[in-house]
Amino acid sequence: MWTEQEILMILQGLWETVIIVFVSTFFGYILGLPLGVLLAVTDSEGIKPHPMLYKVLDVVTNVLRSVPFIILLVVLIPLTRAIVGKSYGTAATIVPLVIAAAPFIARMVESSIKEVDHGVIEAAQSMGAGTMTIVTKVLVAEARTSLLVGVTIAFGTILGYSAMAGAVGGGGLGSIAIRYGYNRWQPHILWPSVIILVLLVQLFQILGMKISKNLDRRRT
Amino acid sequence: MGEAIIRLENVSKTFSSGQGNVEAVRNINLEIEKGDIFGIIGLSGAGKSTLVRCLNLLERPTEGRVFIGGKDITVMKPKELSILRRDIGMIFQHFNLLMQRTVLDNVTFPLEIAGESKKEARKKAVKFLETVGLAEKKEAYPAQLSGGQKQRVAIARVLASDPRILLCDEATSALDPQTTKSILELIKDINRNYGITVVIITHEMSVVQEICNKVAVLDHGNLIEKGTVEELFRSPKTEEAKKLVFSETAHIRHMHSSRQIRVVFDGKSAFEPIIGNITLELKTPVNILYANTQTINGNAEGEMILQLPDNKEIADKMVDYFKEKNLGAEEVNYVD
Repeated sequence: MWTEQEILMILQGLWETVIIVFVSTFFGYILGLPLGVLLAVTDSEGIKPHPMLYKVLDVVTNVLRSVPFIILLVVLIPLTRAIVGKSYGTAATIVPLVIAAAPFIARMVESSIKEVDHGVIEAAQSMGAGTMTIVTKVLVAEARTSLLVGVTIAFGTILGYSAMAGAVGGGGLGSIAIRYGYNRWQPHILWPSVIILVLLVQLFQILGMKISKNLDRRRT
Repeated sequence: MGEAIIRLENVSKTFSSGQGNVEAVRNINLEIEKGDIFGIIGLSGAGKSTLVRCLNLLERPTEGRVFIGGKDITVMKPKELSILRRDIGMIFQHFNLLMQRTVLDNVTFPLEIAGESKKEARKKAVKFLETVGLAEKKEAYPAQLSGGQKQRVAIARVLASDPRILLCDEATSALDPQTTKSILELIKDINRNYGITVVIITHEMSVVQEICNKVAVLDHGNLIEKGTVEELFRSPKTEEAKKLVFSETAHIRHMHSSRQIRVVFDGKSAFEPIIGNITLELKTPVNILYANTQTINGNAEGEMILQLPDNKEIADKMVDYFKEKNLGAEEVNYVD
């Protein structure tokens, strides 16, 4: 049914997708986590309100979030070239994915952290905890299950974006599905690619939820 | 007279919002002495919570000064204030424990903040969990505990930082009467054994009676009365204070009678059969609507509400009689 070559290609695509999504999610959080924490902390209701800084971060986040990913891919080509040396392939896909995911991750982090009970923050303040201590030991630590749910969602979204990147020369299963499935109309390549992508999202969804639930101590 | 460990000078706090300014507390002057269990009582919205937060600057007063141990804390730098706050423990209505940490790690938290080693912190924490009677729960998570147990953990957490002052913000309001009693008992022990000055914010007169030696009444942001708990219980001066003191007998308003008198007596006056005498002397029976005895600050105090006869002349005589006997007697009117 499939030639050995085709099977190898699909496996190669799967591997690329996994790499792209993992690395992008990782770097997405490197940028998005501090940004989200800053948004939550500098908000007027936050532990260190700073209206000016909040406004700037808020606008930057919103602007980046509102550019459609497929456009962002093109706009960021010079940046991608500057960082990885070329504008196509697996590594090149990661740059726009990180830029697109970071503000989205920041918003999720922000809302996770805002869920932390204000009373607990107040208790920490009453013990003389400084801002950094509250951020690391109270905000992030108490919001950890919600943050992990966010990682799961980010993972799924980035996987979806990565398929789009396939349209402009990125690597991964998405690219295979578009080139062989759409451009050449080869259903026997299209469908396995799509099914594997769906299974991948499901797998991480289940895994993420399980880990997050296991880490939650709020239930008896 | 002990020294004032807490002193408030003309403290006001105004919140500005879109709808204009709200004065939560207004021009408060207050001294709390070392070793006191000081109650601040008021109805909800009276500004109690704001006031207690001014004592550790969780809320910064818009005006006035706050002295802790003689030092003005409103001029302290953030670093200094952080260190001072370790000296002022606080417990809350909703306990405010870290839900993702074990009981033991909740108690070590203030020690972590203070930079103590994990090992040392754990050793201390176990000791304080023993003090509050929860050593066997140290590996449990807060979600697995009852309300009373959670408050005990919060108290152990406060003790861990070896404070001089304990602030209780409606600490028993979310607990049932039985648990409330045991938590108040624990707070009393802490006051006695560790010499920690306690400030209790509450809307319940029963809490004040149970544990406080001094009390201040807060109403709409104003401090309207302060003194010993006995004084307040016997003869509340202001309308608002009366409302709080009489709150437990308020159901009497539903009994139809035109005039009533509230009589308070202690062990000394209980020898004379006052009610019997008055009935014989005035040839008119009195009706007891309510009677109760309670321990206030270690002394037994009785409280009675009597229905006065409709005959105005006799009723007036009865009032005079009670006042003559030097009982805390006051006509009460439950008509709203």
